[in-house]
This record gives sequence, C-alpha cells and structure tokens, in this order.
Amino acid sequence: MFDTLTAKLDGTFKKLRSRGKLHPKQVDNALDDMRTALLEADVALEVADAFLGRVRTRALSEEVMKSLTPAQQVIKVVRDELQATLGGEHVRFVVPSARRAVVMMAGVQGSGKTTACAKLAFRLKKDGRRPVLVAADLERPAAVEQLFTLGREIGVPVVSEGRDPVKVAKAALKEADRKGYDVVIVDTAGRLHVDEEMMRQARRIRDVVKPDHVLMACDAMTGQDAVIQARAFLAEVETTGFILTKLDGDARGGAALSITAVTGKPVFFAGVGEKPADLEEFHPDRMAGRILGMGDVLSLIDKATDTLDADEAKASAEKMLQGAFTLEDFLGQLRQMRQLGPIQDLLKMLPGMPGGKSAFKDLADQVDENKLRQAEALILSMTPDERRNPGIISGSRRLRIARGAGSTTSDVNTLLKDFEGARKMMRTMMGGGKGFPGMFTMPPKAARGPKR
Amino acid sequence: MEIFVAILFVCLAVGIVFVRLSSVRKEAERLRDEPEVEISAPTIEAPAPEPRERLGTRVRTLLSRGGTEAWEALHDLLLKADVGPSAAARLVERVRARWSREADAESLLREEMVEILGPDSRLSLPDEGLGVILVVGVNGSGKTTTIGKLARRLAGEGRTVSIAGADTFRAAAGEQLEVWAVRAGAHIVSQERGADPGSVVFDAVKSAVARGSDVLIVDTAGRLHTKTPLMDELQKIGRVARKAGASVTETLLVLDATTGQNGIAQAKAFTEAVNVSGIVLTKLDGTAKGGVVLAVREELGVPVRLVGTGEGPDDIQPFRAEIFANRILAS
Ligand SMILES: Nc1nc2c(ncn2[C@@H]2O[C@H](COP(=O)(O)OP(=O)(O)OP(=O)(O)O)[C@@H](O)[C@H]2O)c(=O)[nH]1
Ligand SMILES: [Mg+2]
Repeated sequence: MFDTLTAKLDGTFKKLRSRGKLHPKQVDNALDDMRTALLEADVALEVADAFLGRVRTRALSEEVMKSLTPAQQVIKVVRDELQATLGGEHVRFVVPSARRAVVMMAGVQGSGKTTACAKLAFRLKKDGRRPVLVAADLERPAAVEQLFTLGREIGVPVVSEGRDPVKVAKAALKEADRKGYDVVIVDTAGRLHVDEEMMRQARRIRDVVKPDHVLMACDAMTGQDAVIQARAFLAEVETTGFILTKLDGDARGGAALSITAVTGKPVFFAGVGEKPADLEEFHPDRMAGRILGMGDVLSLIDKATDTLDADEAKASAEKMLQGAFTLEDFLGQLRQMRQLGPIQDLLKMLPGMPGGKSAFKDLADQVDENKLRQAEALILSMTPDERRNPGIISGSRRLRIARGAGSTTSDVNTLLKDFEGARKMMRTMMGGGKGFPGMFTMPPKAARGPKR
Repeated sequence: MEIFVAILFVCLAVGIVFVRLSSVRKEAERLRDEPEVEISAPTIEAPAPEPRERLGTRVRTLLSRGGTEAWEALHDLLLKADVGPSAAARLVERVRARWSREADAESLLREEMVEILGPDSRLSLPDEGLGVILVVGVNGSGKTTTIGKLARRLAGEGRTVSIAGADTFRAAAGEQLEVWAVRAGAHIVSQERGADPGSVVFDAVKSAVARGSDVLIVDTAGRLHTKTPLMDELQKIGRVARKAGASVTETLLVLDATTGQNGIAQAKAFTEAVNVSGIVLTKLDGTAKGGVVLAVREELGVPVRLVGTGEGPDDIQPFRAEIFANRILAS
C-alpha cells in the first residue's frame, strides 16, 4: 500500500507543489487511490466512502487549498480524520470500584472472547482488583474447561454452576457477592448475529447481570462483515466498547475503523498475543498509521530528502540488510541521522512493528542521549582500522581507546559486546535480506485493475 | 545495545524510503508528462461527485442497462463480499469484456466466478493405506470443529477415522477435540498439554497404521501466519508423519469466511510453509461471503474443498462454486 498509495499521492502532489495550489479534480484522484487503500485494509465500504467524503470537504477547504503545502495538508487531514474516527484519544477502560462491577464479553465464534476474558482478569488482578471469571459458554465443547484452565494459570477463580447460561450468570453474581469478588467477567458463547435465538439469549444474560461494560471481541482480520456484526451486537446487547484481537498478525485492521465508525464506541484494548499479559491499551493514533501502512514515514521522507544523499543512504541500508556494517558505518550513520533530528523522534516516526506494538516507542524511551555521546566518543578514539575490524582491539588498545574518550575499559568492552549483539540481532531479524517484517512489507501487490 | 539497534533501524528505514522514492519519482514524472488539466482557481463549492449509492438489489436493474454506473455497482457488490479491490476490478473487467446488450451481466459474473473457482474438487484420499489430513489455520478459524464434522462425514462414508490432537498449546484443546471424536465415532490420540506436537503425530500415525485406519486427521494449534517458529513447527509435523511411515495427503487451510483481505496473506504463508492443498471456508452460515477465496485462487491456485455452515456435526458440505457465486450475487 505504501508503494501504491504513497507513490500515487506523491506523484499527484508533486505536480501540485510546483504550482502551489490544488485542483479539486486532483484531490479526487488522490481520494480514489485512498479508497482502494482503505478497502485493501478491510475498512468497510460504507465507512470508507463516508470517511473520504469528510476528507474531501476538509481537503477542499480554503485553509488547505491556500496553504503553501496543500499536499502535506491533505495527508494530515487524512490522518487526523482517521484518528478521529477511531476515537481520537485513547479511551481508558474504567470499571466502577466502589461496588461489585460486571463486565460481559460477547462476539462471534472464534473472535477470541475466552482468551480476552482471561487477559482482562489478569490485568484487573494486577491493578489490585479481585476478579472472578464466569464460564457461561455452554455451547462450544470444552469452552468451560478452557476458561477453568486459564483461570488456574492466572490465579483467578472461575465459576460455572448450572446448565443454562442465564442461570450460570445469575449464580455467579451471588457467589461473587458472597466471596467478595469485585469484578465479575462473564464469558459467553460465540454467536452469529443472524442467529436470533442465540442473540436473544445474550440479551437475557445481559438483563440478568446488568453489566457495567459489554465488550465485543472483534478479530482484527475481519473484513466487510465487521460492520454488520458490530451493529447487531450494539442493538442486542448494547456494546460499550471493543477488544480488537489478534493484532499481533499482519492484518491492517481496517475493521477497527469500521466498528468504531458505525457504533461510536471505543476500542479499549488490543490483543497482541496468546499469553495472559498480551493485552495492550488501544491507541487510535498508532492504529491510524497502521491502517494507512505508513506510520509517520511521510514526514521522515520529507526530512530525509531535504538533508541526505539518496545513494549513500541506500547503500548503507543495503549493507545493513546483509549484516555487513562496521563501527565506521555506524559512526557515519549516527552523524547523518543526527542531521535529521533527535534519534528518539526519528524512532517514533517509524511505523509500528507487526502487531501495532509500540516497539519503536519503547526503543526510543531506552535510547539515552548520554550513552549515545559516550559511544560516539569511544568510536572516535579508535583508529579507522579498529573501527573496521574490532577483532584487533587488544587489551592495550582498549586502554588507549578508553583514555581517549575519557572513560573506562569496561565501557569499551560493553560497547564492543553490544555492537556485536546488535549486529547479530539485525542479521537474524533480516533473515538474509528478506526485509524487516511488517515495517515495509506491503500487502500482496496484485495487479491493479483498470481505473473506473 | 539499544542505541545501536535504534540507529540501525532508523538508518535502515531511511535507506528503504530512498529506495522506494525512486519509484515514487518515476510515477511523479509519468504523471507530470500527462496532458494537463485546465486548472482553475479552486473553489470551495466544487461540485461533489455523485454519491456512491448502496446498491444490492438495484444491481440487477443497473446491470441490464450496462454503463459506468452498473460496473461501479458491480464492483462495490464484490467489495462488500470481501473480494478485495484488485480481484474485484479484474472480475469486473472480465465481465465487461464479454458484455453486450443482449448478454445478462449477472450470469456473466456468475460464470466468471465459477471459472476462477472451479472445477469443484474432492478430498484426495489414497485407495490403499493411511491417508493423512493435516488441518492448519489461524486462531479460532474453526479447525477443531471442522475436524469433528469431517471425521463424522468420512466415518459415515464407511471409513475408519483416527484423529491426532496436535494442538497441545491451547487450554482445553484436547478436551474439545475429544468431544468431537466421540461425536464422530473416531479414535483419538492425544497427549497432555504442553507435549511436543510432533510426538503426538508420530504416535498417532503409528497407532492409526496399527489399527488399520483409512484416514488420520491432525488437529493443530491455531497460529498466526506471521510467526515463523510456529510455521516451522507445522513443517516438522509433516516430516514426523513421513518418518512414522505415512505422508500427508491433504493439507487443509481453515479460513474463516468473515476474514477480509488478510486471508490472502494467510493463504500465502501457510502454502509456503506446508503446501496447502485445499481450503475449508467456515462460518458461511452468517452474513459474510468469504469473497477473498477468489483472490486466493487467482493468486495461489489453491481450491476450496469444503465449507462450514454451522456448529452442528453435519454442518459441512463440499464446496460448490456455483452456490458460492450465487451467495455473492444474492446480496
Ligand atoms: N457458525 C459457525 N461457527 C463455527 C463454524 N466452524 C466453527 N465454528 C465455531 O467457531 C469457534 C471456533 O472454532 P474452533 O473449531 O474451536 O476453531 P479452531 O480453529 O480449532 O480454534 P483454535 O484451536 O483455538 O485456534 C467455535 O465456537 C466453533 O463452534 C461454522 O462453520 N459456523
Ligand atoms: Mg482448535
């Protein structure tokens, strides 16, 4: 998508840049490309069209048209609208603490409800609450056992008394009150929205447990059906928000946009793995970047084109892909990157890792400018030979290098070890030049159909 | 180590951006060379494009007339069925190329879809010896349920069926499969949770051969196709089966019909890893159409073998391209 969408937009906008103004027709062409991109990301058709309608109105506003950089403005509008539709800011999941609270989990089959229940319980427990899990999925074989097993693993009690889900739920509330559990999490059977009887049953469970939250688990890989499901569950059980599951794969996750757009309810959490701890707060801004498949790469492009030499940058990236770079290359890179801005900021501009994880943000937080300076000083105090071939750095050389940089030999040792570690890590990650998964790998580049 | 990794990432990203930029530039140049549109001062009240209508039942009427609007409607209909923008565009183009005023566009579209998806195929099981069916897919797609239904169906055809519980990862996966084995009257081989799936398969093959079973169906843990170690594990399962004296005759990828374009990535990754021979499209009892299998068939050539239409033991059918196409057209 980055390939086609950004290439198209950039192509269209280059033309505009030279003229400094934007023609509505060109905006429409850009929006057509955007439409394809959104659909490839599984945004529901109606949601994509409504969304593009809003973008169009804003893109054609005087403010954007008259700005010196209308192209960037349009891209900014797209991102802003996307983030706004996704709920704007992260919405915190709050369960009342003054009394016993109830959370009900609902969703279609296989969407990840049971796992999500366990993850939520795990999280609440860590927050100092006393959760209890209720196994009210009596449909799927061994669903009850599954929840009991998960409960045991995370040290949260599980109850399931009775042969009717409504009764199980009712009994669980009594049990919770008796034993002083303060959050009751009710797992329910997966049901298709077209199954009227099952939907009525969900309604009955809802009526009995009077939940503070009804969460719908939605698989991040869901396609156009997401809107139909989300609407049906909202109507029947009054969903209060979503958990977007299986986001650790490579799905673009357009469903997130679809469900928030048609229900107006937020996504509270994203499931990013199979373990109880793999539940993250959902951040609309990151998701916006993911759906567009570009992170803040666009701004990075602008910065890079303005400051760096393209051929050099390409060459060193290639070296890196082969794991063949040296401390000398590193030094060169460090200096070049510095021209672009603080390393932390650059890292934050990179698109998310697969799973929308904030790996780069975490990484950015760990990068300490002082350490960076120290490393630079140490490398500078090496001879070019030593930088190219760290193997020759003997004990006496270490001492010299340390002195030259005003630090100790143990710093030199750490530096060399870290560098080797990083190099190894990159090599395994690149898997022999296949590229870093998720960062720049694009959805299959099928032949684009004829323009309509 | 973080600092090195950080710099390396940024540098890599910038490099890749530059590599991509050359293609961006080419595109830009191409566009620049295109004849210019007359540019007037932008106005806020620029005419809005025709609103894209929600069609559905209107499609038929439109199609009888042809014209841009009809093709757009057709395209949107396919998009709503999760066919995806590229495959949808290709399909519309195919129909358009054959269309004339006398032709019925609906039948043309049906024919084209059937052409892509057909001919209807069957599970291939050896006439003699043990046939092994390996069942794979992402989490929650319906593998275990499909296995239960399939085992029952095959048993109903007079075959003796064994099942291997190689999902030793998910909580209560073994118990779930056990219930299905009982429903199907199949023999099940499993081990405790956390056991090596390869060793389960090894035992299962041995025991199936010893019992003279006709078919062994292997349930595997759900896994996202992006997780390399887990995909490697699947390959290992195939190797182990061979070592134990049987080879995998069918590798079925279970695909949830509610899946969107990610289905293509799934099919690609699983095919690369374990050479998927057929797809089982589940949850067709809902509103989802599963149109992504059209793109999968076009791009990878993998046929759909079976469809799942509910949670009951008999809710499984051989895939019929025509019925599938009609479902898409019926929206
Ligand atoms: N409505 C409907 N539900 C289905 C169908 N196939 C499976 N399911 C349901 O989907 C859910 C997940 O099915 P499973 O068979 O457990 O899926 P799985 O792929 O084995 O899941 P994991 O092993 O956890 O990855 C269950 O609730 C099934 O009852 C189908 O064709 N229609
Ligand atoms: Mg299973």
